[in-house]
Amino acid sequence: MSDLYLVEAVNDALRVEMERDENVMVMGEDVGRAGGVFRATAGLRDRFGPDRCVDTPLAEAGILGSAVGLCMAGFRPVCEMQYDAFSYPCLDQLINHVGRYRWRTGGKMTFPITIRMPYGGGVRAPELHDDSPETYYVHTPGIKVAIPSTPADAKGLLAAAIRDPDPVVILEPKLVYRTERGEVPDGEHVVPLGKARLAREGSDVTLVAYGAMVRVCDRAADELDASVEVLDVRSLKPLDEDALLASAAKTGRVVLVQEAPRTCGFAAELAAILAEKALLDLRAPVLRVTGYDVPYPYWTIEDAYMPSVARVVDAARTLLDF
Amino acid sequence: MASTVPAERNLRRVIGDGDSIPDGEVEGVGEQELLDLYRSMVLLRSYDERSVIYHRQGRIGTYAIFWGHEAIQAGAFHALEDEDWIFPSYRESAIGLLRGMPAATVLSWWRGHPAGWWNPADYNLASICVPIATQVPHAAGLAWGKRLRGESTCALTFFGDGATSEGAFHEGANFAAVMRAPLVLLCNNNQWAISTPLSAQTKAEALVDKAAGYGIPGLRVDGGDVLAVHEATREAVVRARAGGGPTFIEAVTYRAEPHATADDPRPYIDPERVEEARANECLGRFEGYLRRQGVLHDDLEQAIKADAAGVMRAGIAAAEAEPAADVGLLFEHALVDPPASFAHDLAELRRILGE
Repeated sequence: MSDLYLVEAVNDALRVEMERDENVMVMGEDVGRAGGVFRATAGLRDRFGPDRCVDTPLAEAGILGSAVGLCMAGFRPVCEMQYDAFSYPCLDQLINHVGRYRWRTGGKMTFPITIRMPYGGGVRAPELHDDSPETYYVHTPGIKVAIPSTPADAKGLLAAAIRDPDPVVILEPKLVYRTERGEVPDGEHVVPLGKARLAREGSDVTLVAYGAMVRVCDRAADELDASVEVLDVRSLKPLDEDALLASAAKTGRVVLVQEAPRTCGFAAELAAILAEKALLDLRAPVLRVTGYDVPYPYWTIEDAYMPSVARVVDAARTLLDF
Repeated sequence: MASTVPAERNLRRVIGDGDSIPDGEVEGVGEQELLDLYRSMVLLRSYDERSVIYHRQGRIGTYAIFWGHEAIQAGAFHALEDEDWIFPSYRESAIGLLRGMPAATVLSWWRGHPAGWWNPADYNLASICVPIATQVPHAAGLAWGKRLRGESTCALTFFGDGATSEGAFHEGANFAAVMRAPLVLLCNNNQWAISTPLSAQTKAEALVDKAAGYGIPGLRVDGGDVLAVHEATREAVVRARAGGGPTFIEAVTYRAEPHATADDPRPYIDPERVEEARANECLGRFEGYLRRQGVLHDDLEQAIKADAAGVMRAGIAAAEAEPAADVGLLFEHALVDPPASFAHDLAELRRILGE
């Protein structure tokens, strides 16, 4: 075990997986010489050479598009998108090709591409460095999506993504990159996709979150005078429906928390599943605490946008008093 | 900095007009190679003409016509080795036939049937790209990857004049240049993107000028001259294999047919210019050349055309003999490890369909 920041765990996963499989290559803007703008890829170019940790042109569609071709040549590309909001040019490739290419070869060719990027707000960054774009990715058929909240999961989920035969998007909470340390297993460490993590056990109300919002829910749980369960979704697609339904059955009260805007956000999907499959277990409505349906604001007012401990506590109390 | 070579503006031609412009020759292209090129052009022409008929008969769906572009496709194809990869747009949907793909496969794709699936690795041929220019970065990646593996394989991607306006073209071409990818960027400049003429697409005097912006060589050829296309592509392939990186080739032609069977060009096209293009179409020009060279005669021409017609008859028969696709194919192959929801959704669908 090592005590690592989340971004260091990402780096550890990349190093271990690149050592394990010579077909794994890291590519993106500033990932080589600089080691990534958050240093997630630090040291990889020195260790594996400029052909396996590649500084690419500033071209997100080019990065993901050429990764499709690299797969055809037998590589397993790990593409870094420098920031959440800068990833959008790659959506054309993701939606039109990456997510459907296997299907249109009748399953004969696989595209083991990993796309990883820092996401989310709360870091006092300039405009458009703060988005939570998970819905765009989750909504795309043929794509898996995971979002770690702890250093150990950051390593394990990324390793699982790199080894997965299908394309996987990993969104890394940049707010947590260097604000939280944790024990991370040394060497190979894989956290399978499709399994949620029970971050805190309780029986009165369930707070469901992923990424940076898990910590917000944990603090809210501390403030609430109730037995609070915190479910860290961590794998959005495939989703651990059983864990969600089990917790809903146990507490009967569910608050869904995401920092992305509300409409059609991932919490809406979770709420739909609860409506379809947990109606008789619920003792109160399902509530969402989310970002608002507005552009992500300038940083002096971003705290008002981000779901706060107070908003989560308020929602939980509403359910407890229902 | 690498020195930037100005793109070659002059339209390269080999085939003469049988009158004042003399025929040329391409080194290393003898009678056998000439007839290989001819057979490929005839097969493509036959595919295209039959497909338009099949569409009108309701036997295939909407179809993107490539009549008059056979010289570009066959000329480029024969500059490649079997291990080289091809990344087609929908305009080159039948290019796989030249690699031995059954016509039924491509016809099935146009019939909207999963029998139109193929494994790109079986033919070193990517799936047909429907969005514009998004295959260019794929080709760049494959070529780059082959270079990283130390193989001498190269890649060729086809795209149209409209594609050069797309970001994906730019990102792919630039990627290929920076990564020194062994790639041939072959632009079929037929001067129309559905109804948008080249003059509304670019202010560049010639599309080949774009090559200079990527620091790569650019060649410009008569796209109706199969030998000129072949020679230019061969030159680009040799450069690619030698580590010289990508080459941009602009093959200039004119779209004499609608964009697709769903398009009626009458509101925008110049009918006189179309007539001129039809009168000067590439297969007839090559036949004239072959006859002047004494390589082609009536019996041989008829035999080659009869073979191609046979391929198409067998192809449409096989495509139409495919049983209806099972609805399970909605889910199968989308992911290696399908989520539990797939099985649930399929079971529910089968129940509702009464299966």
